Amino acid sequence: MQTNYQTMPQTGALTQTRNKVLKNTYALLSMTLLFSALMAGVSMAVNPPAFTGLVTSIVAMLVMWFVLPRTANSGAGVLVVFGITGLLGFGLGPLLNAYLNMANGAQLIMTSLGGTGIIFLALSAYALTTKRDFSFMGGMLMVGMIVVVLAALANIFLQMPALSMTISAVVILLMSGFILYDTSRIVNGGETNYIMATIGLYLSIYNIFVSLLQLLGIASGDD
Amino acid sequence: MDWMKIGAATFLVAMLVFLLPRAKHMLKNSPKAGAGDWQAVLIPLALVVGLVVLLMMAV
Repeated sequence: MQTNYQTMPQTGALTQTRNKVLKNTYALLSMTLLFSALMAGVSMAVNPPAFTGLVTSIVAMLVMWFVLPRTANSGAGVLVVFGITGLLGFGLGPLLNAYLNMANGAQLIMTSLGGTGIIFLALSAYALTTKRDFSFMGGMLMVGMIVVVLAALANIFLQMPALSMTISAVVILLMSGFILYDTSRIVNGGETNYIMATIGLYLSIYNIFVSLLQLLGIASGDD
Repeated sequence: MDWMKIGAATFLVAMLVFLLPRAKHMLKNSPKAGAGDWQAVLIPLALVVGLVVLLMMAV
């Protein structure tokens, strides 16, 4: 009986912590997505050269690898997340402008945006309601990422449209897996830092959007 | 080969260097899937594939 009285408040506190991480993660994710969209809009208006996307991605990744882990437990981490998402959003400008120059470019962008929203909301709702632990997927997802990076590296030199399409399709599947994995880690207490949780979910959404846009571009015959 | 290709290749190689030790660690330390776990993943992923195919046919 004594054990029950001791564990009940602990379980309650644990649930409270998880709910707090979840609430903070979704609040920060919403704000960073809006900021990212704003920066993409600024970039579209400025219309920087095509290599901007590559440069901002490299800088964002370097910040993510070397600065974010050192600041994730402080308030500065929030600013770093805004910096990373702002950079990635700004890097989307030239790509979005290229699509807007196509006949049905605006439709492709809106379809990709809507598709990404449906995938993210549906998978998040699924992971939150089932409360299943998807942490067993971690190793497989990382191996999948390595295979995709190797294929993308080969395609820089091979320039095969079929391989490019396959890479985009696999990235959508992998990122969908990461949404399940990351959300279940928050729900099951594996991730207690909302800054790290936000950046993981943001990257999944970003990659699904870009890959879906590429697939839709190929499907419409304009890419 | 233009410098953008070199830049992209360098970026991807750096990603590999960063990802490899993490992948090894996660493969060693990830818990094993239980009964029905893979089914619980494959069904939503199949629905994602269905949605993407639907969107590709719609544009």
